[in-house]
Amino acid sequence: MAAAALGCGGGWRRAWRRGLGGLVPVPVPVPIPIPIPIPIPIPALVHVAVPVPACRPPRVVARNAGGGAVPAGKSGLAPWVPVVGLEIHAQISSNSKLFSGSQVQFAAPPNSLVSFFDASLPGTLPVLNRRCVEAAVMTGLALNCSINKKSLFDRKHYFYADLPAGYQITQQRVPIAVNGSLSYSLCIDNKMSQMVTKTVRIKQIQLEQDSGKSLHDDSRSQTLVDLNRAGVGLMEVVMEPDMCCGEEAAAAVRELQLILQTLGSSQAIMAEGQLRVDANVSVHHPGEPYGVRTEVKNINSIRFLAKAIDYEIQRQIEELENGGTILNETRAFDSKLGCTVPMRDKEGMQDYRFMPEPNLPPLILYDTKSLPANVNHQQVVNIDWIHERLPDLPSAKRAKLVELYGILPEHSFTLVNEDGLTEFFENVLKQTQMKPKKVIGWILNDLLSYLKQHSCTVKESPVSSVLLADLLNLLEKKEISASAAKQVFEELWKGEGKTPLEIVKEKQLQLIEDREELEQICQAVIDEHEKEVMAIKAGNQKIVNKLIGLVQRATQGRSNPVLVKQILEKKLSE
Amino acid sequence: MLRASLRQVSAALKEGQVTPTELCQRCLSLIKSTKLLNAYITVAEETALKQAEESEKRYRRGQPLGILDGIPIAVKDNFNTAGIETTCASNMLKGYIPPYNATVVQKLQDQGAVLLGKTNLDEFAMGSGSTDGVFGPVRNPWSYSRQYKEKSVPKSDSEREEFKWVITGGSSGGSAAAVSSFTCFAALGSDTGGSTRNPAAHCGVVGLKPTYGLISRHGLIPLVNSMDVPGILTRCVDDAAVVLGSLAGHDPKDSTTIQDVFQPFELPSLPDVSKLCIGIPKEYNAPGLSSEILSVWSKAADLFKNAGAKVIEVSLPHTHYSIVCYHVLCTAEVASNMARFDGLEYGHRSDVNKSTESMYAATRREGFNDVVRGRILSGNYFLLKQNYENYFVKAQKVRRLIANDFVKVFGSGVDILLTPTTLNDAVPYMEFIKEDNRTRSTQDDILTQAANMAGLPAINVPTALSERGLPVGLQFIGRSFQEKQLLTVAKWFEKQVKFPMIQLEEVKGA
Repeated sequence: MAAAALGCGGGWRRAWRRGLGGLVPVPVPVPIPIPIPIPIPIPALVHVAVPVPACRPPRVVARNAGGGAVPAGKSGLAPWVPVVGLEIHAQISSNSKLFSGSQVQFAAPPNSLVSFFDASLPGTLPVLNRRCVEAAVMTGLALNCSINKKSLFDRKHYFYADLPAGYQITQQRVPIAVNGSLSYSLCIDNKMSQMVTKTVRIKQIQLEQDSGKSLHDDSRSQTLVDLNRAGVGLMEVVMEPDMCCGEEAAAAVRELQLILQTLGSSQAIMAEGQLRVDANVSVHHPGEPYGVRTEVKNINSIRFLAKAIDYEIQRQIEELENGGTILNETRAFDSKLGCTVPMRDKEGMQDYRFMPEPNLPPLILYDTKSLPANVNHQQVVNIDWIHERLPDLPSAKRAKLVELYGILPEHSFTLVNEDGLTEFFENVLKQTQMKPKKVIGWILNDLLSYLKQHSCTVKESPVSSVLLADLLNLLEKKEISASAAKQVFEELWKGEGKTPLEIVKEKQLQLIEDREELEQICQAVIDEHEKEVMAIKAGNQKIVNKLIGLVQRATQGRSNPVLVKQILEKKLSE
Repeated sequence: MLRASLRQVSAALKEGQVTPTELCQRCLSLIKSTKLLNAYITVAEETALKQAEESEKRYRRGQPLGILDGIPIAVKDNFNTAGIETTCASNMLKGYIPPYNATVVQKLQDQGAVLLGKTNLDEFAMGSGSTDGVFGPVRNPWSYSRQYKEKSVPKSDSEREEFKWVITGGSSGGSAAAVSSFTCFAALGSDTGGSTRNPAAHCGVVGLKPTYGLISRHGLIPLVNSMDVPGILTRCVDDAAVVLGSLAGHDPKDSTTIQDVFQPFELPSLPDVSKLCIGIPKEYNAPGLSSEILSVWSKAADLFKNAGAKVIEVSLPHTHYSIVCYHVLCTAEVASNMARFDGLEYGHRSDVNKSTESMYAATRREGFNDVVRGRILSGNYFLLKQNYENYFVKAQKVRRLIANDFVKVFGSGVDILLTPTTLNDAVPYMEFIKEDNRTRSTQDDILTQAANMAGLPAINVPTALSERGLPVGLQFIGRSFQEKQLLTVAKWFEKQVKFPMIQLEEVKGA
């Protein structure tokens, strides 16, 4: 579908504000009188009901969100089954554009990265960027697709201010990769311990051009066009409607994002418009044909994707329950209101008048077997060569983490899904003798919750892997207690440049080594808690823990709980 | 001096008989005195003289860049020329000054050629008369030749001279007229359905359409991308070979050019055709072919027979479908290619500003003539989802059949095909405009179009004068990338027929 300026409102709004602020003047303002910003109408297609093949497991229809059907309302009929498919545009990470030599760069001054071809000057011709082809092949292989050894380019026509040629070069008839799949996992009922793995089929991946950006200035009734993005390479990944809720879609997109980032084929940062997701949503009763679908656009984060889909499912169910009908339309997600609203489509369906791109010969890819002899390797793309060099994908990384460090599978998900966390974890491991299973607790419970609390990325963490390793070493050598370690961590988070040891010394958090001192404290606690002592002596050993806690409190966490327990037990048995 | 061939004048430059500046000035002054022909849209006098001066310095240093150094040439106004207005004879691009050179223009300049100006054409090269551009029709220099006047314009009737002037054919009529009237030594045209060969035939010059993919299209404002080829117009076959040698070869900016290295060639001075097999396609004896041209054609076949060549009748059975097939493919690509002219980035923009859509519509209505708009309309119709299979896909299949016709004939041992280039000699303008552009194109492209469908090289060689004293040309069609063989045969033929030189009298209108 069109990589219109629609899915990326955030991007241009930012650019626009800069323009208004006078920081970046728009050098080539192309004022086009538009009374109202008119979105490019992209007709949603009607879901075609496909007979479910026998081998496909029947859909579970009696589960709540988190993967399943939504119970029927007052109609009393069978529950509604939501159907969700995704169309994802991933901007290819490349130095230059898909068909021209212009540089690709986010947030460059408007119209500073525009070649003659990008501005569609008459007589210019497209020249395919090899890097973009390789990125698409890599992505196709990572998504288990068959790579078409011969694919074709087509022109898709529509008039819009940020599409200078009046057509987009895409791959409508024969895309570069087809018939793949993506496995992703999600937890049920938000419990990390209950993870399920699902698979969504990938229909195809096609190479196509991005459009420019239209900046609508309503107050002056004009549109400004920035062509920096025009012609940047996109991979459109089309997912079959195999998902049934926002959470599934979000998990699938997150997994795709990780794969793209691992491959380096796209930076896939949604906020920068490098990953744009459109969702096709419909609902129907089990056993009946798919319902009329709507296409939801303008989604610029994974969180909003889940929200938008779930809202749309609920809206459609309510509409149908109330006797209404669903229109085959394009809707925009309004993140402020948390709902989807119809986009102003032009009347009727747009006919894109596809035709073959005559200026580009078919794209021929080779494998080692079909590679002609004496060929200039700069001129060809060898699929096998790319396959052999694919990096470890997130799923393989997770399996390796589980195997190597004996951590739980769900922990491996968190490590891999959080940008940079695996590296952080492994760096800590390198510098400490503490067992991985213990380290992972510190990473997931302490580091991650601090990060979340302060909305920080791993890279922004004030506690480096070196500092955390130092801290854990103190703990491991029993120089401080676990609770003291938590206090040290809290100090470290302030980022004042102190080492854990300095903090321990400063705050006197080291363990009390002197047994006599500890025995005195224990005795004092025993003396002050006769009731508890009686209970213990009567046989309730659990109460010992309470006393241990009291000793800990009295020593401000500086006592070794094992030693304290020993002393207490000895004293109580006297 | 101006009547010399490119190779002769190049020798004269080398020997110092004339300087590039003198040569350029003489061409420029002839352009002025033949202004009535309307062959040029833009005369780049200043830059031409500057280029000539540069060339002169090189000659003085004894370091000319090659055979083209200092040679005045003209370029059809649908090739981009950096800094020089490029209009496509359309209101849409009036005043448009491109920031870059077409690859062919750059190559000519890199070899020292002097660009005199941009030649007239039908708007966006859509036409077969060079009559449908916003700068008015091109007049065929032969209208003002002694040969034509003696035969067709009685002296007592001289007031009717204006009425009798004939068209150049098209769409590269400006380039053909420029070469024919001696204002330049070679010119670039473009050839999509015969646009170089047709005016070459009517103006009595050599017109070469090379194999698709041999010469870069980068910078040629497209008509039909899958058929467009830069064309070469010269006064003799040898000159065409020289220009071809300087233009051919892979261009990284045009992915449809072949990768193989092109070896420029010189044609043998005494070509031999005795071992060749010449095919005469019977379908080219088309309805409307004048008896005069038929007889020129058959005499030509006899020439080959007498020289010992094998001459056989062959069949290209799908030829008569080529016009309707071309119509669909051409208009579809036109509709697509013209989509970029929306008035935003460059070219004409209407003052209408009620909405973007109304601005688009007004811009395109004001910018394009009826012919262009008509083709856009039908092209878009053929590309509609419900029509695509029935028209576009079918036309592509027919195109394949037409191309296969040639494959079969060349596979059966035929080396070169010999056909007429046009059905008639040039008709007077007043007569030509009685029919609309579409009807005219349909008739006029019939003998030339199939070569574009198949991507084959073809050349018009001026052959004889008609009873009316106007040029008649014949066409040779060769195998893909066998330009050397094609031009060798053409050169042999040229030597045999000794086509008379135009006796150009003062060009002046009534």
